[in-house]
Amino acid sequence: MSALLQEMGERALRLGVPFSAQLDLTYRCNEQCVHCYLDHDDHGEMTTVEIKHLLTEMAEAGVFILTFSGGEIFLRKDFFEILEHARSLTFCIKLKTNAVLIREAQAARLRDLGVESIQISIYSYRHEVHDAITKVKGSLRRSINAIRFLKSQGLKVIMANVLMTENMQDYHGVRALADELGAEYTLDPTITPMMDGDRSVLNLNAGESALRELFRDEMFVGDADEFCAPPPPPDAGSLASLPCSAGHTACYISPYGEFYPCVQFPLSCGNVRQQRFIDIWRDSEQLKEVRSIRLKDLSGCSQCAHGSTCTRCPGLAFMEGNMRGPSTADCEKSFARTGIPSVNLLAKKNKATPPCLVQIQLVPAITGTRLSRGVLSMSVA
Amino acid sequence: MEMNKKMYVARSPRIAARMLGEEMLVMSGHDSTLFTLNPTATILWQAADGATPLDEIVERRICTEFEVKPVDAMRDAEELAENLARHGILLISEQPIGKPDAPAQGRR
Repeated sequence: MSALLQEMGERALRLGVPFSAQLDLTYRCNEQCVHCYLDHDDHGEMTTVEIKHLLTEMAEAGVFILTFSGGEIFLRKDFFEILEHARSLTFCIKLKTNAVLIREAQAARLRDLGVESIQISIYSYRHEVHDAITKVKGSLRRSINAIRFLKSQGLKVIMANVLMTENMQDYHGVRALADELGAEYTLDPTITPMMDGDRSVLNLNAGESALRELFRDEMFVGDADEFCAPPPPPDAGSLASLPCSAGHTACYISPYGEFYPCVQFPLSCGNVRQQRFIDIWRDSEQLKEVRSIRLKDLSGCSQCAHGSTCTRCPGLAFMEGNMRGPSTADCEKSFARTGIPSVNLLAKKNKATPPCLVQIQLVPAITGTRLSRGVLSMSVA
Repeated sequence: MEMNKKMYVARSPRIAARMLGEEMLVMSGHDSTLFTLNPTATILWQAADGATPLDEIVERRICTEFEVKPVDAMRDAEELAENLARHGILLISEQPIGKPDAPAQGRR
């Protein structure tokens, strides 16, 4: 993130402006990815008119960065009409897509409309692995063709590589493919529960040893010793800090008009079909509660050695049952990175262990320098 | 630009823009570079419709809002316009500029 963009984000926070938003245009999809958290049936998507009206409200509220995602956005017949309207409102537009429906004509139109970037999900450089995850034969070939069309138009393409048990060994190859195609590369080692709460897909999460190996890979993390250093104890600044931008300067709208703090935070705050966007943003009791959370308020996390550097996701914590509680997926990542168990992991372990008369618990020494870590998603420009 | 020739300015259709507080945030569609415009530059930006000459914008919108000599304001405005044009976020011409023209976004 550029310094200026960060400064603008901080200003938006002070002014109470929803600086960025993700709008999912549909949950329908032409791929059936094994790890997907969505229900792909159409339960009554917003119409073209409703979406255009919403976009006007979002522009008036101050939204600058607008991400269109899904489902597969190109399945909407009115996609370019919506995009054109959004650009007339001078949003900075980012797209998330599998790109299998993008050919020369679509790529040229995206260039003409001034789209900022297109993020495309690529799971492997090997066709059999990628296509097995998407469950669509030929999908990798079509996505790669689309990247070539987009790059030939001079567009910025980001290959997003979600890692799971099926493709954990392939990320070097995907990174090399991105380099070959002139695309940027980002990887994400987190599989999230389905929006209806079903956690069975979490079985696909890469195991601890695979994560440990990833976090020691200097091609992705830079100086591994620094990246994996034990965290410093939380100071007053980190205890008073905000968990993330969800609900503070960012929000998410579903294809049905439901308003959430973030795509990974399924706490409904209202519906834009019944209320104005700005009214939900300013007055929702749920958003006010999300905004009230600070690290010092979190039971367990506020005493945890990882408090100052943890990437704890409040949405994943909410899906675990308590938005003021821990996010175990992030505890596991902190452990894989440093070898130091979080307060939450120790508590879980103690619950699982039969009681004994004498229990000695090793508390690792806390040393090292403070690092800013964002391991939920590591980007390589 | 030569003296006595009109300069017309228009917002590039490839940019993204939004008012944030008192400043305009503009992102170049060419290379995603971000800029912020101060209140004076924002007035010029919002008035850059491709049809109104720069000297009229300065006279009607800048000099009426700020205590500044017209000559100084015009020199600063030309410099700013040329600077923004170099980054591809403003179009400059000696003739009126027709479509495409991006709307001037403001937050109500």
